This record gives sequence, C-alpha cells and structure tokens, in this order.
Amino acid sequence: MEKIKVIHYINQFFAQIGGEEEAGHPVEFFPGEVKGPGMAFNQAFGDEAEIIGTVVCGDGFFNENIDDTTEKILAWVEEQKPDLFIAGPAFNAGRYGVACGTMAAAVQEKLGIPAVTGMYVENPGADMFKDKVYIASTKNSAAGMRDAVKVMAPLGLKLARGEEIGASCQDGYIPQGIRVNFFEEERGSKRAVKMLLAKLAGKPYTTEYPMPAFDRVDPQPAVKDMAHATIALVTSGGIVPKGNPDAIESSNASHYGEYDITGVNDLTSDEYETAHGGYDPTYANEDADRVLPVDVLRDMEKEGKIGKLYDKFYTTVGNGTAVASAKAFAEEIGAKLKADGVDAVILTST
Amino acid sequence: MVKEIERAGLPVVHDCTVTPISLTVGANRIVPTIAIPHPLGDPAQTPEEEKKIRRAIVEKSLQALQTEVDGQTVFKD
Repeated sequence: MEKIKVIHYINQFFAQIGGEEEAGHPVEFFPGEVKGPGMAFNQAFGDEAEIIGTVVCGDGFFNENIDDTTEKILAWVEEQKPDLFIAGPAFNAGRYGVACGTMAAAVQEKLGIPAVTGMYVENPGADMFKDKVYIASTKNSAAGMRDAVKVMAPLGLKLARGEEIGASCQDGYIPQGIRVNFFEEERGSKRAVKMLLAKLAGKPYTTEYPMPAFDRVDPQPAVKDMAHATIALVTSGGIVPKGNPDAIESSNASHYGEYDITGVNDLTSDEYETAHGGYDPTYANEDADRVLPVDVLRDMEKEGKIGKLYDKFYTTVGNGTAVASAKAFAEEIGAKLKADGVDAVILTST
Repeated sequence: MVKEIERAGLPVVHDCTVTPISLTVGANRIVPTIAIPHPLGDPAQTPEEEKKIRRAIVEKSLQALQTEVDGQTVFKD
C-alpha cells in the first residue's frame, strides 16, 4: 500500500531558526524536508505515512499577515497533493495556536484535505478552531511533545484513511460540541454511584455532562464626558520599571505590578522595559510607549481631551499565563480602579 | 483581563494586533493595533511620525470608549 503523504506546518522555534527575535521570519516551504517535531511524527507513522514537506513560518509574521500567508501556504499544499495536513502541536503558544488552527481549518475547508493540529486547552487558538478541525488536547509546554505525537499521529492517520473518529475522550481531541454515541462498559447507575462515592471521598472524578461555560460580560455604558474622565492604562505586554522590581515572570506570570506614573510624561528606555518573554522585546525596550501609550495620554491630558490619566498603571505578562491567574489579577485590578474613581480603561496587549 | 475589569463596572477598550484572539476571549470594544511587538508604535517611522500613529490609535480607543455598543465591536478605520 502506498504511504500516506503528509505536509507539516511548524513555527520558527520548532524549525530551529530562532526564538522571539525570529518571530518575524517570513513563511517558507521546504519540499522533501522533515524538521523538528516532524521527526517524531515520521517515527510514529512507521510504514504507514511520511512527511513530504514542511512549511515554516514565524508566529509574528503569520499573525500579522494572516490572509496572504494562508493563501501562499494553501497554494503550496495544493501543489503537493498530500493526504493529510498536520500543524504544530502548538501547546500553549497563543500566536502559534492561531496559526496552526487557521492553516488546519483552511486546508481542510478550501482543499478538502483532512487536517489535525494539537494545543493546550487554554490556547486561544483552541477556542477559535475546535469546532472546525480536530485539535489534539496537549500539555501546556513542549515537554508534552511525546504525548502529543502519540495522540496526533493516530488521529491523523484515521482522518487520512477516512475512518470513523471516536468521541473526544476516546481519540484525545478537544471536544467539538458534537455528540458521539458509544456503548459504555458499565451501566449508568453504576457509573453515577462511583462518581458520587469519589466526590464524597474528595477524590477526582470526571463528569459525563460538563456544563458549557458561556463567559461573556455585558459591555459597560460608554463614557459620557471624556474631558472630565479619568482613564487608566493596563497591559498584558509586561511593561515594568527598569530592572523589573517585582520580578514578574517572563512567562506564566504569578502576579501583576502596580506602578506610579505621577509626573511621568514619557516612558524612556532608561526607566522602563518589558518583562515579557513571548515577543521580541527590542522595540518595547527602546520605547515602552509603543506598548503603553503614556506619552500620548499625557499630551491629551494637558490639552483637556481627557480629564486625567490615572496615577498608576497595572501590568503583567500575558505569555502562557493561566487564564485563572489572569482572571484573578484583573478582578483585583478592576476593584481597585473602580474604588479609585477611574471611569474607563485602555488595556493593551502584545 | 479585559472581561474581569469590565465586570468590575468599567468600560474597557482592548488595543491589540491579533483581534481574532480578543474576539474569542470576549472583549467588547476592540481597537486593532500595528504589530505584536509594538502595538502602539512603528519603529520604521521617524519618532514624530510614530507618535502621530500612536495618537491616532489612542484617539480611536477613546472614541470607542465613548461609543455605546450592544455586543463585541471592532473599531476599524
């Protein structure tokens, strides 16, 4: 039997071109080449399939040129006529997740070629694409590569062969909101009692009917009188006073910073920098106003366009940071700002 | 973060480059920015030009905060 042909998409990091400083690396296609995690996939495929080419793109480049890059890659893939497209896995890398999800969905939808990718469930790309393509559920870092390949390779082969895909709990993908019927070995009453006993004993158990989480917040009313409003700045871009006095982590931040900017008219490279480890820091370190626009808001304060720029700014690093942490930080920040009479917030993200 | 601050009772405008992420996460007022490593700047321009670009984004953000919305809204040009 002929081997299943696979095209693999990876970012600049997994292609070993470089880290954040290479995030702007333009998209490239390497026919006949197997790179990075592609080796592990080839091994897992055995004689059944092989990677016939690798697409490499910087995560920043992809996200800043989504439409053009997608078109370009689609053209390459179409020419190669693979039986399967694999993207990533992206783990908890947000921009990589968006790139993998975009490409997997586009290849499947536009070219009719089955596609699979892999992500950590909190990757924003997972929510965006889980109902469009199969996304293997992975750990949150590349340490989970071996496990990810173990799920993605067989899932991909099944898709390429047109075999039936089982339920998410059987084939290891992130639930798509589609019910798949199968026979459980134990009857319902027995499973329910087991779950109840586990719950009473404080042991872990898995519900069979998770409640959907529709977490939306109604928009607050608009600011009526901007000329007298107090505006606060918040960022997930990691801007901190030089030296990062509160040691906010460059990824998976455990806390946020609160810094006084009374009398500060401009964030200079002598006084401010970024602690963020998930984007090229060159530009933010040169001029932190590029992430946190203190200079412009001071001008507008002087001109009377806004009432006041709030005396403090709040900052954390939104790089692989757990949703639960970000939520907890912002609850505190929101309560403080509200109590201090702030009228509205500009929140900047990188 | 945008959502939790808004939940506390303050209108929030999210200035970001990858707007699809912001939409997925649930921001209500969204203003697109220049690039991931420099959302409110463009190092390719002169400092004066760059500040003008930044000012334009901040003005748009303030405009967004003064606009009533009944759902997620991306404030494009």
